[in-house]
Amino acid sequence: MAVCIAVIAKENYPLYIRSVPIQNELKFHYTVHTSLDVVEEKISAVGKAMADQRELYLGLLYPTEDYKVYGCVTNSKVKFVIVADSSNTSLRDNEIRSMFRKLHNSFTDVMCNPFYNPGDTIQSKAFDSMVSAMMVQAS
Amino acid sequence: MESLTLTDVEQKYYSDLFVYCDTDNTKKVASNGKVLDLFRAAQLPSEVVLQITELCGATRLGHFGRSQFYIALKLIAVAQSGLPLRVESLNSVKDLPLPRFVVAKNEQEARHTAMYPDLENQGPYQGVIPRPPGRGQVKKVSAHEVIQPCPDTTSPVVSPHQSPPTSPHAWRKHKRQASGGNVERPPVVVAGAVWTPFREVQSGTHSTLQTVSSLFQRIVSICYFPLNVSLCSNEIQRQSSSGYDDPWKITDEQRQYYINQFKTIQPDLNGFIPGSAAKEFFTKSKLPILELSHIWELSDFDKDGALTLDEFCAAFHLVVARKNGYDLPEKLPESLMPKLIDLDDSAEVPDQAPDVGYSGSPVEVTPNKSPMPSLNQTWPDLNQGNEDTAIVHPVPIRMTPSKIHMQEMELKRTGSDHTHPTSPLMAKPPELSEETKLATSMKFVTANSGDGYSSSDSYTSDQDPITSVVTRQRSNSGTSPEGLKVAAAPPPPPPRPNASHSRSSSLDMNRNFAAHPTGPQQSGVVACPPAIPPRPLPTQTSGPHSGHRSDEGLAAHSTTSPQQIPEQPNFADFSQFQAFAASDQPSDDGEKHPESLPAKGSIMAPPPKPVRRRLKSEDELQDEALPPKSNVIATVLATLPSIPRSVGKDKKAIQASIRRNKETNTVLARLNSELQQQLKDLLEERISLEVQLEQRTSP
Repeated sequence: MAVCIAVIAKENYPLYIRSVPIQNELKFHYTVHTSLDVVEEKISAVGKAMADQRELYLGLLYPTEDYKVYGCVTNSKVKFVIVADSSNTSLRDNEIRSMFRKLHNSFTDVMCNPFYNPGDTIQSKAFDSMVSAMMVQAS
Repeated sequence: MESLTLTDVEQKYYSDLFVYCDTDNTKKVASNGKVLDLFRAAQLPSEVVLQITELCGATRLGHFGRSQFYIALKLIAVAQSGLPLRVESLNSVKDLPLPRFVVAKNEQEARHTAMYPDLENQGPYQGVIPRPPGRGQVKKVSAHEVIQPCPDTTSPVVSPHQSPPTSPHAWRKHKRQASGGNVERPPVVVAGAVWTPFREVQSGTHSTLQTVSSLFQRIVSICYFPLNVSLCSNEIQRQSSSGYDDPWKITDEQRQYYINQFKTIQPDLNGFIPGSAAKEFFTKSKLPILELSHIWELSDFDKDGALTLDEFCAAFHLVVARKNGYDLPEKLPESLMPKLIDLDDSAEVPDQAPDVGYSGSPVEVTPNKSPMPSLNQTWPDLNQGNEDTAIVHPVPIRMTPSKIHMQEMELKRTGSDHTHPTSPLMAKPPELSEETKLATSMKFVTANSGDGYSSSDSYTSDQDPITSVVTRQRSNSGTSPEGLKVAAAPPPPPPRPNASHSRSSSLDMNRNFAAHPTGPQQSGVVACPPAIPPRPLPTQTSGPHSGHRSDEGLAAHSTTSPQQIPEQPNFADFSQFQAFAASDQPSDDGEKHPESLPAKGSIMAPPPKPVRRRLKSEDELQDEALPPKSNVIATVLATLPSIPRSVGKDKKAIQASIRRNKETNTVLARLNSELQQQLKDLLEERISLEVQLEQRTSP
């Protein structure tokens, strides 16, 4: 399961970032920040036909010894980053995709709320509960 | 005044009542208003009450002292037992039962949080006096549930003086029902029992019911709605007699008011209020944006960014409640769930309000079946109206609204984005109550566009409890939304990975190379070692260097890695290396070009993007070199694109696709492990090659 989930806006500031082991939170913040570079690479990688070539699900951004970082970008350049623990059973691609899908859906729900101004941090309880469900239960 | 002898019980009871009335806490004097309310609650004719007050001497004094109060109470007891009111009767009548007061509800609320714990203590007595036992039961249950929305700390603000004129009527009716049972009770029990309804008045349950309505009155006056207060109090009485103590229930009057407000924004009652208009409207209530946002999340049931009439009423009701200090619930209360079947004409809305209560209150009556008998009574009313209601009310009451809603949603908003209705439903199940869980699982079925994997499981598991009525309707709704869904919600992501998968021989290879797109050094490192050795290799093939055999082998191995083992002919195919060498270091491979050109030259045409071209070339090389394996994989992967499209089919197809996916997964996992192993080998070789390179270059 994920240990850290982050939603990053188009201008590359975080709209929502939450990690499960609270004590090491800064490390995950840093990881997510550096993963943004990889995301940028990937989405700018396509020189020819822009839209259709680019993949929304970016997959494994980079692995480190402790964890793996997965990324997904939306059409509006909002990025979702999931940091998953490597120690437990390696998550299948499908699972990561479904996690991103759920994230995306909840994010659109938040967007639909007329009281949410795009660019605010996400404070929706529904979104929070969805993210908690995806986080590591053990820790 | 005559001296008054009271029994101990009476003494205690009277003193308690006095304390209750003595809100100003001046020991002797009780306020008139409270006392009058109390006397009225005794349900005596008003002339009797006047007589009592006169007799006890309050009229003379102008207020009720303690002794006057006690005398008055005793006289009330006398009057209630039917004896003529006379001063002498005060002491002469023996074994007089205590005066009974049926509590008027919202007049005596507020400030009674202190009395709250008493309710708990005297819980067993609840059902005794004026309420039918069922209601007592209901109260008990709802007390615990309702404690949530009714905060003990913030005492609800109540207008005590607004509805006294209307209260006695209803109370009298209640009283008469119960009075027969009361008289024969022993006084002690009566004492406790009578006291409890008093306390109970101030309990959270009933009072919240009334408070929300009465608070509604206040908000009406204070905020931006004009509303007739007495009308509202009538509503309160009707509510109290309905028997359902749901604090979130919307009264008819409130609903009518909400509808009127809805009309000011959107004249069509079947239409929607767009999010921006709703935002402006609710911002007027001056609640913080965060809370308004939460209210929106709760009330926008279908997550479409617009409010239907029901959603609007729910949101409005929540705003009203919040303004009066109630905490917002975590999830939408039952009675506020949009009832999506009855929007066809507004005339039905009053009819639906009791249905709302019925369908909304099964939490209080434990089995769903128990409201059924009472529902039967209302069926004649409903059947005249929308015939959907006749379908709705049987057991799966929560199934049909959602499906009809789905139909409505689809039919009404064909132009809007369909992914929204579908996706939030998939995300919402943990939040919805369990009654609606079936509904959401049904929504999964119809609303499932791309997520065939996870939701199909929930669909299959929830199929069983569905009745035939529902299945019939499901088949109805299954067609139209599905058709629209599949058409309108294209799943773009799946085809692409499949395409890339089919191009490459495995996921790993794709990911590996995707991981180093802009690191030409990295991929160059992967490819370069094969490139570098070929240069010395041909020069050294003549040389008796024993290590080169291994180099060649390694080099060949690295380029045609996965298929190296089965495909021995590639072992000596140096043209591939030269192809790479040509792409990477054109200057170095001048002598290699003639050899490299055959067949691969076309592939190695100067690539605009060396990185990507290299990827492609390697892919293609692997494709060429791996016909047997890639065929297997390609066939497996070719089935993948078809899988998302099978979502719309029935359960069997989904299960079949699940099986296929699982098989694919196992195959790919096996391949993955093999490739991992080969990758490790490759890395080792690379390291050894680098070492050798250093050895060569250093001296």
